[in-house]
Amino acid sequence: MVDWLIHLAALFAGVAFLLALTRFIKGPSAADRVVAFDVLTIISITGIVLAALTEGRGIYLDVALVYALLSFLGVIVVARYLEGGF
Amino acid sequence: MTMLLDIIGGLLLVAGTAFLLFGGLGLVRMPDVFNRIQAGTKATTLGTLLTLAGATCLQPAWGVKLLLIGLFLLFTNPLSSQVLARAAHRSGAGKSEKTSIDRLEEDQRKKP
Repeated sequence: MVDWLIHLAALFAGVAFLLALTRFIKGPSAADRVVAFDVLTIISITGIVLAALTEGRGIYLDVALVYALLSFLGVIVVARYLEGGF
Repeated sequence: MTMLLDIIGGLLLVAGTAFLLFGGLGLVRMPDVFNRIQAGTKATTLGTLLTLAGATCLQPAWGVKLLLIGLFLLFTNPLSSQVLARAAHRSGAGKSEKTSIDRLEEDQRKKP
């Protein structure tokens, strides 16, 4: 029962990842691509948590935390670059 | 009791990832950058927090780390969406004709 629910959640997250990836490829301006990148990283954090649940290994959560930190920094840096000034 | 907690956790996981799905759908369907920021960051923040709550119900021993990730996302996601919106406005991203109100542009026109 619970395994089935986790698999359904992983399916939803995968479809959301593909939708965001289409916007990331298609996006007309650079700002669209940065928004899509932000959403992709958030979905990836959820994916890492789901992987930790299915494998039953809590150490993967540290990976999710570091990934959240680095993706946040990346989005801030690219947004500041788009503004045209540091 | 554990069975009930497992089912609640699984349902929270599915609800959270459904919000992620709606966020991705909004990212594809919305007309311009600012609407995409609205759809992309708010829905995915709620979706990720619900998923972390569901994971806490399934594995209560991981609660502290999951709470840490949730707090971090709760602090950084609005910040990054605000910085993105400012960058999009300053880099002159196009607005669709449905986006009719732009208070920042009105203020800038009033006092140059």
